[in-house]
Amino acid sequence: MTWTRRHLITIEELSLLEIEQIHSTAAAFKKILGRSVKKVPALRGKTIVNLFLEPSTRTRMAFDMAAKRLSADVIAFDAASSSTQKGETLRDTAENIQALNADMIVIRHAAAGSPLYLSKILDIPVINAGDGSHEHPTQGLLDTFTMKEHLGSLKGRKVAILGDILFSRVARSNIHALRKMGADVTLVGPSTLVPHGFTALGARVSHDLKSALADADVVMLLRIQHERQGHRHFPSLGEYTSMFGLNKTRASWLNPKAIIMHPGPINRGVEIDSELADGERSVILEQVTNGIAVRMAVLYLCAGNQPEHVISSTQ
Amino acid sequence: MPALWIRNARVIDPASKRDGTGDLFVRDGRLVARLSPAERKRARKIEAKGLVAAPGLVDIHVHFREPGQTHKETIGSGTRAAAAGGFTTVVCMPNTSPPADNAGTIQYILDAVRRDAVVKVLPTGCITIGMKGETLAPIGSLKRAGVVAITDDGDCVQSNELMRRAAEYARMFDLPVMDHCQDHSMTEGAVMNEGDVSIRLGLRGWPNAAEDLIVSRNVIISAYTGAHIHMQHISSARSVEIMRRAKADGVRVTAEATPHHIALTDAALSTYDTHFKMNPPLRTEADRQAIIAGLRDGTLDCVATDHAPHTDYEKDKEFDYAPNGILGLETALAVTLDVLVRQNRFRLSHVIDLMTAKPAALLGLPAGTLAEGAAADVCLFDPEETWTYNAKAGASKSSNSPWSGQTLRGRVHATLVDGRIAFALGAS
Repeated sequence: MTWTRRHLITIEELSLLEIEQIHSTAAAFKKILGRSVKKVPALRGKTIVNLFLEPSTRTRMAFDMAAKRLSADVIAFDAASSSTQKGETLRDTAENIQALNADMIVIRHAAAGSPLYLSKILDIPVINAGDGSHEHPTQGLLDTFTMKEHLGSLKGRKVAILGDILFSRVARSNIHALRKMGADVTLVGPSTLVPHGFTALGARVSHDLKSALADADVVMLLRIQHERQGHRHFPSLGEYTSMFGLNKTRASWLNPKAIIMHPGPINRGVEIDSELADGERSVILEQVTNGIAVRMAVLYLCAGNQPEHVISSTQ
Repeated sequence: MPALWIRNARVIDPASKRDGTGDLFVRDGRLVARLSPAERKRARKIEAKGLVAAPGLVDIHVHFREPGQTHKETIGSGTRAAAAGGFTTVVCMPNTSPPADNAGTIQYILDAVRRDAVVKVLPTGCITIGMKGETLAPIGSLKRAGVVAITDDGDCVQSNELMRRAAEYARMFDLPVMDHCQDHSMTEGAVMNEGDVSIRLGLRGWPNAAEDLIVSRNVIISAYTGAHIHMQHISSARSVEIMRRAKADGVRVTAEATPHHIALTDAALSTYDTHFKMNPPLRTEADRQAIIAGLRDGTLDCVATDHAPHTDYEKDKEFDYAPNGILGLETALAVTLDVLVRQNRFRLSHVIDLMTAKPAALLGLPAGTLAEGAAADVCLFDPEETWTYNAKAGASKSSNSPWSGQTLRGRVHATLVDGRIAFALGAS
C-alpha cells in the first residue's frame, strides 16, 4: 500500500493503515537515531519552514531536529518579529513562504482549522504541529508509538486520559488514534473540562478517578491550561490536585505494568506528583525522544517518499 | 408616469387573502382596482404569466454598513441587492461606524437613502450610546429623526436594569426594542454552536443557553414594562419554546428567524469554512426543526435575513479571526421557499406572509400588501425556476454567501418600488 497523503492535518482523517505506516517508518528512523551518525540524506535539498505562530518549545525543537536529521534545510519563522505582527494575513504569509520556494510548511497556530485552511491555499505539503484546541497529530502519533513500544498491540488496552480534555488538541488526536487502533479510551477530570459531548468521539467520559484508573494500561496526564480557562472551569489548582492530581495512592489503582505519560510541559505538583513524573513508570522523556522519529517519518512520507524505502535510503 | 398593467400573474397577497390568477394595476405609484380603457391602452404592460406577483418583500434586519464601512456595502449596493432579491422595504441596523446613536447619524443615513437607495430603507437607532450598553441613547430624538425601532444588534444589552429602562422609555414612543439575545459572559471567544461539532473541531462553543437566558429576560422585562421587545434571529429550540409560552401568556414579544438558521446546521462547519460563521451561530438539526415549527405555528413572526456583508479579504482568514455574518438578501426567497415550501410543505402564501405582511405589521410599516391604495411595491418571481447564484456577480458589494455557486430554486424576475422597476432580470 503506497503512501499518498501530502498533508498531515488531523488524525481523524487518517486510516489505521496510514497510522501503522507512520509508526513503522518511525521505528526505522528510530534505529538510525541510535547510531553515531544520526543524519540521513532523505530530504537533502529540501527546505522546510517552521511557521510557529504560537509559543512552543518541545514540538518546535523536535520538528527542527527531525528535519535536520533528514538533511533538510530548516527556516524558522519567528512570529514575534514577523510580518504577522504588521498585520499580514496568514494567507499572504503562507503564499510568500511558498514563493520563496519552501518545500514544506510545518504550522503551529492558536486558531483551530488553520492548517486545513493553509493546505487548501498552498501547493506544498502542510504539517499540523498543533492547531488551537483541535488536533496535534504528530503528538498523537508519537504517544501511540510510545504506547506500542511498551504494550505491543493497543487493541483492547485501557487508556485513561486525565485532565483538561476540553481545550486539549493532544487529547483529541490521541482519542482518534487510539480508537482507530482499537484501544478503550476513558476521559477523566472535572465535568467542566471533560464534557459529556466527547462520547461522540467514541471515548468514555468519567468524573470518578478511581474507576477510570482501575486496571488502566496507560494514564496520560494533560497539563491544566489555566491560561486558557480564565479560572472558571474549576475552583483552584489546589482543589484540582486534591480531586484529580495523580499521586502514589492513585497510581496504585493502575495496572501494575501501566505507563504514565504526559505531553508536557508538566506542572509538577499540580496534575502529577513530582516523584511520579520522574519514576520508573514514567515514559515522559521517551515520548520526547520518539517525537523526533515520528516527525522524521511524517516529514519523510509527506515529502513524497514511501515507507518501504526508508531502510534503503538510509543505508 | 404612465400606468402599469401586470397581466396574468398568480397574485398572492396574504394581507388581503388574495391568491389567484389575475392582473395588477398601478397608477401614480399606487395599486388601483382598475384602469380606464384609455389608461390601459397607454399603460406599460408586464406579461407575468407563470410568475407569482407578491407584495414586495420586507426585511426587518439588514446591515448596509453606511456610514463608515462602505468597503463592505453601501446603501446603494445594499438596496440593489435587496431589489434583486425581491425586497422593497428593508430595516437597517445601527451598528455602523460611528453607530447610529444620535439624530445626526440617522439624518446622514436618510440623506444617503434619498440619494442612493432603490428600495425603501428605514433606519433603526441604538439603544445605548456607542452600543456600549452603558448609557441610554437619545431615543426620543432618534424617534423624531425617523427610526422605526431601537436595537444594539450585535451587542446585546447586558445590564437587565438598562434593558428594563430602555424598554420602559421606548414604550412611551411606541418604539419596539429589538434585541440580539446573547449573554456575553457565557460566550467569550465563542465562534460556533457549543455541541458535538464544536468539541470535534476544537472551536469555542456558544451555548444556546446564552441565547435562552436573554430571551427569557426579555420576556420578563416585556411582561413587566408592557414594552414590545423583538427577539432578533432566534437560533435555539429552547428559545422558540420560551417564545411560545410567552405568546400564550399574552406578552408583547415577537421574534424573527433567518433563512440560514432554517436551512443549515453546525454540521456545515466541518471544514472551517468562514462562510458558515455568523452570530448567533448555526445550531443543531433539532434547533433547525424547532425554528421551522415556530414559523409554522406563529411562535416566530417572520423571516429576516441579517444580511451582513464582509469583504473577501476579511472573511478569508482563520476561522477564529473571521468576522461573523453572511449575505442574505439575494438568496432569501429561494432558500426560504426551498426549506419551508418544498421540504416542509408550508403553503406558498404562508411563506409570502412571513416575508411581507408579518414583518411589516411587526414594526407598523406601511408595506407588505397588494391591497388597493397601497404603494405599488411588487415582487414578481417564478417559484420553480432554477438558477445558479454567483455571489461575486451579485448586486452586493461583498460576496460572503454560503450559497454562492449553488443552484437555487425560485427566482425573482422583477421588483417594483412605487410602481417603478427597481430590478428586472437580465436588465442590469
